[in-house]
Amino acid sequence: MSLLEVENLEVTFPTRDGGLFHAVRGVSFTLGDERLGIVGESGSGKSMTGRAILRLIRPPGRLTATRIALAGEDLLKKSEIEMRAIRGRRISMVMQDPKFSLNPVMTVGEQIMEAYQLHARASSREARRRALEMLNAVQIRDPERVFRAYPHEVSGGMGQRVMIAMMLIPDPDILIADEPTSALDVSVQTEVLRIMDRLVKERGMGLIFISHDLNLVASFCDRVLIMYAGRVVETLPAARLHDAKHPYTKGLLNSLPRLDAPKDKLEVLSRDPAWAHPPPSSAP
Amino acid sequence: MTEELQPAIKVDDLSVWFGEGTDRVDAVKNASFEVPTGGSFGLVGESGSGKSTILRAITGLASTWTGRIETTGRPLGPKRDKVFYRTVQMVFQDPYASLHPRHSVDQVLDETLRLHGIAGTNERIPELLDAVGLGPSFRFRYPHQLSGGQRQRVAIARALAPSPKILLLDEPTSALDVSVQAEILNLLSDLRAKNNLSYLMVSHDLAVVGHMCEAVAVMQNGEIVETMEIAALRALEASEAYTQRLLDASLGYRAAD
Repeated sequence: MSLLEVENLEVTFPTRDGGLFHAVRGVSFTLGDERLGIVGESGSGKSMTGRAILRLIRPPGRLTATRIALAGEDLLKKSEIEMRAIRGRRISMVMQDPKFSLNPVMTVGEQIMEAYQLHARASSREARRRALEMLNAVQIRDPERVFRAYPHEVSGGMGQRVMIAMMLIPDPDILIADEPTSALDVSVQTEVLRIMDRLVKERGMGLIFISHDLNLVASFCDRVLIMYAGRVVETLPAARLHDAKHPYTKGLLNSLPRLDAPKDKLEVLSRDPAWAHPPPSSAP
Repeated sequence: MTEELQPAIKVDDLSVWFGEGTDRVDAVKNASFEVPTGGSFGLVGESGSGKSTILRAITGLASTWTGRIETTGRPLGPKRDKVFYRTVQMVFQDPYASLHPRHSVDQVLDETLRLHGIAGTNERIPELLDAVGLGPSFRFRYPHQLSGGQRQRVAIARALAPSPKILLLDEPTSALDVSVQAEILNLLSDLRAKNNLSYLMVSHDLAVVGHMCEAVAVMQNGEIVETMEIAALRALEASEAYTQRLLDASLGYRAAD
């Protein structure tokens, strides 16, 4: 049994003229003990897919699926209260920019302690010890100082590590990371990814890594889903991304400038409206 | 005639700082480089390395600087004159922030042309739109009716309005999707060849700079640590350890050794 099974996921929003906008259409995948990348351009539905797993689609948006199961348990049948025990505790999420996801008027330490105490019945002393331990695990050199600091007093890379510490402290089964390093400089990006990689391996977690950066996903993940217009157009082992078959994936790869393959003109992607629909051959 | 022999931009021992006393931050320290006429020069580095500050000092947006800046052979003083702004134009990173939300494309370009005292606005606007690959139907649209790539095209059209010789490009594609980035980079390459423009381009993306420029300066903590030809960058041969680390990181993720 997989850690997570998603079958025929759809996210729709009503439009003003009475129609429906399909943000995610018919997405199915399974996640095991692995690093799964979801790549696509803005508006491809990759973030919506991540949020839909946690049932974080707010009305008037609508989420439907044949099945979303966490270790065999159907998440669609859970009540909102039961879902709260899942969010953070079993599946947690790291967002793109720590500036917007940390509470500006609470110290870093209080926030991490809160994340722990929300899910585990623990004394403040125990929570504090665990929080410091976690800050250590994400390689913050001076955990005592950062524990007392407010979010505006730490750098972007540090903030993102704090977010990861906060998301990992309840020891979830699955971590969804939505562009976790896009706001960071490359050298910090590598450090943050290494921390995530190590923790995911050590704890045997499943990781869903949402990103627009093809090269990064190809080098960091085990498997990649490529999304276009709300649909998964191709699934590939990350190491074989460069052998992609779908014209969209190929187009994306070719439109990237490359240091090792200079050319006068970059290839421009011409979009085929047919990509937004499932190929006729795959119809059940 | 002599103007053609001069480099488009010559920066010599430039230092830029903000604040005073204990609050003083030295954003750029003793930077020197040259952009040849018709050439394209890149400035790369991480956030806070001072690369954008150099552009701001050239355009006059950062007023506390020492050293020497020349554009097309003319030394710049504390104030920029009209001739300067007709010669040097800038394209900013975020097309969502750099266009006035309540001005149509027509108003944006009309205002720019009028400020530069250029006659024949009615004929010039369609020409400018055509030059950046936008049809006449875009002329009366507002920014919210344009995609990110189209907005950046409008920003480029605005920069081209006074027929400048030099474009300062501050991360012109980092807010765009990769497929749109390819279109804008191609447009910038075409415009440079057609109008004999000189580019000074700031980017954090080494692959983009490698594609667009002939030489690049790598910055760290306000200093230029290394200036290299693009061939060396492509061969991943840096002489400074810092540049080598940036190059390695740009190739993607590598697990710890």
